[in-house]
Amino acid sequence: MKRKIRLQRGEPNNLRLDEFEIKVETGMVVLDAIHLIQATEAPDLAIRWNCKAGKCGSCSAEVNGEPKLTCMTRLSDYPEDQTLTVQPMKTFPLIKDLVTDVSWNYEVNRQITPYQHTEGTGDPIMFQAEVDRVQEFRKCIECFLCQDVCHVLRSHDMKDEFAGPRFMIRTAGLEMHPLDQGERLEHLRDDHGIGLCNITKCCTYACPEHIGITDNAIIPMKERVVDEYYDPLKWLWNMVTGKSN
Amino acid sequence: MEDFETIECDVLVVGAGGAGLRAAIAASEYGAKVALVSKSLLGKAHTVMAEGGVAAALGNVDERDNWKIHFRDTIRGSKNLANWEMAKIHAEKAPDRVRELERWGAVFDRTEEGKISQRNFGGHRYPRLAHVGDRTGLEIIRTLQDYAVHMENIEVFMECTVSDILKSDNRTVGALAYYRSSGKLVVFEAGSVILATGGIGKAYRITSNSWEYTGDGHALAYLAGADLIDMEFVQFHPTGMVWPPSVKGTLVTEGVRGDGGILVNSEGERFMFNYIPDVFAAETAKSEEEANSWLKGEEGAMRPPELLTRDVVARAIMTEVKEGRGSPHGGAFLDIASRQSPDYIRRKLPSMYHQFKELATLDITKEPMEVGPTTHYMMGGIKVEANTAASTIPGLYAAGEAAAGMHGANRLGGNSLSDLLVFGKIAGQCAANYAQENSKVSPHGKEIKKSIENTLEPFEDGDENPYQIHQELQEIMESHAGIVRTGEELEKGIRKLEKLEKRLPEMYAKGERKYNPGWHLCLDLHNMIITSLALSRAALERTESRGAHTRLDYPDYDDELGKVNMIVRPGPGGMSVVKSPLLKMPTELNDYVLKEVV
Repeated sequence: MKRKIRLQRGEPNNLRLDEFEIKVETGMVVLDAIHLIQATEAPDLAIRWNCKAGKCGSCSAEVNGEPKLTCMTRLSDYPEDQTLTVQPMKTFPLIKDLVTDVSWNYEVNRQITPYQHTEGTGDPIMFQAEVDRVQEFRKCIECFLCQDVCHVLRSHDMKDEFAGPRFMIRTAGLEMHPLDQGERLEHLRDDHGIGLCNITKCCTYACPEHIGITDNAIIPMKERVVDEYYDPLKWLWNMVTGKSN
Repeated sequence: MEDFETIECDVLVVGAGGAGLRAAIAASEYGAKVALVSKSLLGKAHTVMAEGGVAAALGNVDERDNWKIHFRDTIRGSKNLANWEMAKIHAEKAPDRVRELERWGAVFDRTEEGKISQRNFGGHRYPRLAHVGDRTGLEIIRTLQDYAVHMENIEVFMECTVSDILKSDNRTVGALAYYRSSGKLVVFEAGSVILATGGIGKAYRITSNSWEYTGDGHALAYLAGADLIDMEFVQFHPTGMVWPPSVKGTLVTEGVRGDGGILVNSEGERFMFNYIPDVFAAETAKSEEEANSWLKGEEGAMRPPELLTRDVVARAIMTEVKEGRGSPHGGAFLDIASRQSPDYIRRKLPSMYHQFKELATLDITKEPMEVGPTTHYMMGGIKVEANTAASTIPGLYAAGEAAAGMHGANRLGGNSLSDLLVFGKIAGQCAANYAQENSKVSPHGKEIKKSIENTLEPFEDGDENPYQIHQELQEIMESHAGIVRTGEELEKGIRKLEKLEKRLPEMYAKGERKYNPGWHLCLDLHNMIITSLALSRAALERTESRGAHTRLDYPDYDDELGKVNMIVRPGPGGMSVVKSPLLKMPTELNDYVLKEVV
């Protein structure tokens, strides 16, 4: 069977959609189709990928406008007569073809206070029930699809004010760690702009790891920020005792 | 000459998987200024795909476990060919390296008492693998990554590929690299260099490895004049996906068997009982009844034969298929559905559940999987000193899969994550020490010029498509140097590789230098051909069957060959293979290996 696939190619200011026809094999995923095109027709076609098993989060792209890992998206999920269109993630600056510059994410990560262990004698004791939630956040493969679909980043390009869903769960994973001593709430409020999230849950729907980004991380963290900084009694107490936020 | 940027550092770490990251942290703690170069984005290296766990004799689940038993299991699994010094250091230090990760924020699965949980795995006497479901590698790389990026004197260079090691007076002084995204060149001037580049799996068609695994470190070290050892030993993991074709080779974690999964042939027979080698007979169940009591966790129960070492299980599946008892797509059935509850499977093996659901439309909580051998891990690599991780070239170090000695003829599952932590740290410390104690030498302009010419050569005219050459290489390795080998086939393969090598200069890179995968592949192929030739030539010399190396024309152990490693090194007339005697193991340690309980 043959089918058509359109790939966005080129660099900023010189973009085009190239159409290819490929021979489809059973079970083929979008990344296989791209590799086939690379090997036969377009050797310099740029696509970022690594594991081809949904574990590294490198091959993120927009397939027919939807955020997808191209290695986990089967061609058979789409009607045979439909031309598939693959484009790079829109939220990040384009480098070439399907590859974007995601380095901003790595800068944001460096701004987060790292894990600070509670030193004690002997091996740490933590129970599974205590770490289940943290482990959910640590499943993140950093595909940055949640960042790609987040309105605050995608439509409003507020990268200077908002860290994005990926780093909300990163922070939540540290804050909810039973043995972590770090303080991150002020930073989360002032620099990483947690208040800017208006809970549309696009990130949650996009997550290939099915992490409850909004419900399990962002909302609880918003509550913690509110408790810490906007509790009227606490505010009054701080005024009286001379502590400031 | 082409423009290039110059970066000065004390220690250059090539590769940012687990070994490279751990090395960078250690070197930085030692006070060195570190440049950490990564072919991919940070956190995407192959470590991320390690699933089952990290082996360390913590004794949390079975208190009889200790480093001596771990040492014994490693040597037995290696078919007595591992470097005993490395195996000893590894077994002793692994628990500390795992506990350290926990202090850096890693969150392992817990026992009921709240300690780090440990699971059973092939060849390990007791439950020993600290794990996080089936995504242990992700947990480890993320922990190391987040720790490393907050260290002031580590600078990370992402999507940057080293194409040549620079030397001066037989000493390593740096490397030439190119940025993948821009195609621009960069020279790292370094006091010492650590190769932590991973494996070689992309030389094979059916593999669990990612595109990065092109034997870069192996080839860079060889070209720099360093010795490689154990190159004939490639681990074929027994359980890769076999269907659909596009995912053939994708890994199915050994954790499936560790958590009770069984292997069954087309006749419904649990065939592994027919393949128990003498050396493991005393600790392996002989009947379903015995094996079932192990699954129930009964004290003193013997381990099921599905948990024999990977070489044994891979060959058994192959034999079943060859003798007509394979599954519809040429593998064996791996059944966990009838052994554990759906809840348990989804909790302990979540990524396997999703992988099969999404890629094969199969629910592993209801149906058996189909699995078969896949190229997985390179036991062979850069010869290193156990205590320093130093290669045979001054200033050049290696750790992780690119280094060799630790696993001999067969690696135990879970021993790679612990290997890269233990020896990553040692490499980082010793490379930093070397850089501090030896005054820095700048690379010669002439050598840089030559390296640059080689790196840009694919942009000159040619008529060979690198993707085509890669496909041919994979076919050669698959059919001539695969899971079972003969002298005749290996010789044929070597001749084909030599022919292919001659075509490399004719490869062309179409287009510009900016993010050009065709160009990158041209350069990677040089490395793959060197490692493939080294592998095949060492395999030809080892006229016996041992561990992962199976010769149909020499089906048994050869006691004399069991006392030597094969060393591959550049000689005056090209690549040479020489035999080198193993280090003699002290009697006390040898006693551990022979005993059932230590």
